Amino acid sequence: MQFVKTRFNYLFNSTKGLILVAIALISVVTAVWGMLSGPMAEMGVREIVIKTLGMDIVQVEREGRIVILYHSIAMGIIAIETYMVTGLLRMKSYFKTTINLLITVGYMLALIFGLGFAYFGHNWALHGLYITGLSLIFFAGVLLCVALWPWNKEYYIEDKDYARTKSGFDLERAAFFTTAVTTVISALFGAIPGSYYGNGFENFLAENVIRYPEKTVMQYSIIGHLHIMLALIAVMITLIIGRWLNFKGAWHKVAMPLMILGCIVLNLGVWGVVTPLQPVAHMVIYVGATPSMLAALFLLIWSWNKFAKEGTAHIAKPTFLQKLGAMVSDPLKFGPTWQMLFMNFTTSGIGIFMAIRLEQIFRVWPAREERIELTGHWHALSAIIATIILMYYGDMIGLKGKVRQLYGWSIIILSDIALAGVTIFEMKRLFVSEAEQQPLVNGLMYAMDFGLAMLLVLVAVVMVWRLTDLFKKKGRWTEEVSHELAREVAK
Amino acid sequence: MKRLILTFILSAALLASCAPADLNAPMPAYETGVDANAWANVPAGEFYFGQHAKVETTAAYEIMITDVTAQQYADFLDAALADGYVRLDGKRIVGFYPGDVFRGVKHEEKIDAGDWLFIPLDDPSQRIKFDGSAFSVQAGYENHPMTSVTWFGAWGYCDYYGYRLPSEMEWEKAARGTDQRPFPWGDDVLRENANFYSSRDPFEDMSSFGSRTSPVGFYNGMNYDGYQTLDSASPYGLYDMAGNVWQWTGDVYEGMHYRFMRGGSKDVYDMDLRLWVRNNATPTYFSPGVGFRCVR
Repeated sequence: MQFVKTRFNYLFNSTKGLILVAIALISVVTAVWGMLSGPMAEMGVREIVIKTLGMDIVQVEREGRIVILYHSIAMGIIAIETYMVTGLLRMKSYFKTTINLLITVGYMLALIFGLGFAYFGHNWALHGLYITGLSLIFFAGVLLCVALWPWNKEYYIEDKDYARTKSGFDLERAAFFTTAVTTVISALFGAIPGSYYGNGFENFLAENVIRYPEKTVMQYSIIGHLHIMLALIAVMITLIIGRWLNFKGAWHKVAMPLMILGCIVLNLGVWGVVTPLQPVAHMVIYVGATPSMLAALFLLIWSWNKFAKEGTAHIAKPTFLQKLGAMVSDPLKFGPTWQMLFMNFTTSGIGIFMAIRLEQIFRVWPAREERIELTGHWHALSAIIATIILMYYGDMIGLKGKVRQLYGWSIIILSDIALAGVTIFEMKRLFVSEAEQQPLVNGLMYAMDFGLAMLLVLVAVVMVWRLTDLFKKKGRWTEEVSHELAREVAK
Repeated sequence: MKRLILTFILSAALLASCAPADLNAPMPAYETGVDANAWANVPAGEFYFGQHAKVETTAAYEIMITDVTAQQYADFLDAALADGYVRLDGKRIVGFYPGDVFRGVKHEEKIDAGDWLFIPLDDPSQRIKFDGSAFSVQAGYENHPMTSVTWFGAWGYCDYYGYRLPSEMEWEKAARGTDQRPFPWGDDVLRENANFYSSRDPFEDMSSFGSRTSPVGFYNGMNYDGYQTLDSASPYGLYDMAGNVWQWTGDVYEGMHYRFMRGGSKDVYDMDLRLWVRNNATPTYFSPGVGFRCVR
């Protein structure tokens, strides 16, 4: 009994344990449900998975199933980010405990019963528990906003290295707070139309209503919801990485106000799509996205400069190559910001290119081609966020030496191969015709499948290692029980 | 040594990706026994429209039981060229279209009255050939659906014979009948039901040229040299209403120049073969995966 109690305490009562559980659950869902589509479906693996697991797949309900699947995975990611925030930022311990408890129960209910309802028959009790889970996550978010309240004098800071006002108001905390508040509000942006569309039975995928000149308010709301939620998850992970790396100095002082401003404007633009301001909403969104992305760029500049300086501190006059070597010497710390940069090729760059050449190129292609770009670019962004979390997690569990190098570089290289493949696949019509595309498509599929499959194998290896570790009396988990992320922030 | 092997494998994969697809690879020829000149009666009345099964009504009409074949289109071009309905414009066949009302809605483009592209003759995937005096079909493709035809080319064919393209509602009713089935033949899809991406039909080779069209009416329950198909006709006896080629429909919607296609094709996964799935493109778009049929 003591054996179970101590492990349970680690897994559900420590930040690192909670993150481990969430990563494990998401990995299992990704691996299993990834076999239901794409090349796995082509090879016939889908039928085997459906039969083996006893799934009840009805053609007409595909859109509803996918919406629940996306939510199940996203809720796990939001839980991980919340654990990181409660672990990194100062807050009352009862807030931390309650938030973590609510969100843990919430995402598990949403994931387990959501997928149960969507893929294993429609037992309405499962749907009720799924909605209960989402509601608990929402309340955890509200509580997180209260816990992060930046005007609480207790959380004012004196260190002038960080972005703050003269009175000591912590602008980084304010950025976390802004992101949390806007996330909670934007969640309603999906919840309300979700209810309107009858518990998912009359829903749709946003990529299927592109090009329609008339959209309903509810359709706009859902399109806005999915865009802003992913953007806010990305903003939050950027802030988390900044806190982990101990982002400070002049760049920090510029970045944090930009992050707050960008986040607010971005959200106003998205919320504006359901108001009479809809015609200008896109412009507002661009205006908001720019300062947010600039803030991320400043984190990148500051961190790369820091790695280069610290890594060559022992050399009197380091050369460019020595600085470069130092900069990339720790893939787990270099990786997250590299992935943010890489995102510009796979997501932002594609988005901007599409916006600029929409009429000349993309709207000449059939809608199904445009849908590939749309779904591809946000899958790529989601994958990038996942890899950033995995890299931070690698540092969290104390990977060192060659294992750290192997783990870090594998994540970077494998994911970037896959994402480069996805990006070229999205854009293939620019350089190959429909009739002649198959050899290129095959090559790209190999790249994507190789990258993603190997990445999942890597995560599986780590998960198996962590699982076996739990059976050891004095495993690594015993150290992690008391570790807190705030104490492990870079110097 | 390991690095060398890895580099070799990666280079080989890369080179294989750059190899050109053979668009004229041998095509197995099969007679399906389905008459491409036949029409089906669809009675007036209510039916379930769209994914969420909204009840709609149509008047009675007749619809072709197969897509227009490449041979039928070649015959049309011969006749239409002779009487001036279409003309040769360089390497293109063009014809007159009376134009759409332009409302200046965002992203809307003007479709003025004038000559528009029916089919390109120089596209590598075009199966219609012109020798300067007559049109012919590349051998093996005679009973395949006409592809690489623009919406104007589809509209022109139907108009020439006094027919028209089906509206989306007419198309869906003809495919679905009066119940709520997601596929013309029923509730689920198997590889032997239709020609879709990686459906392992006798015409595709995913390792080289990929998916290709199948003869119209191919999925009629016949056995072709050991390849057993399932009879996949719609309740009104139409073939290929799911898969093979997307089919242009005739609706011109207010404020948009896009034209809609239905039915999915050889190039999409089975989920896009569901009867309510829509695709759209500019009316000048053509592709080896897009064809049409007419109503009257």
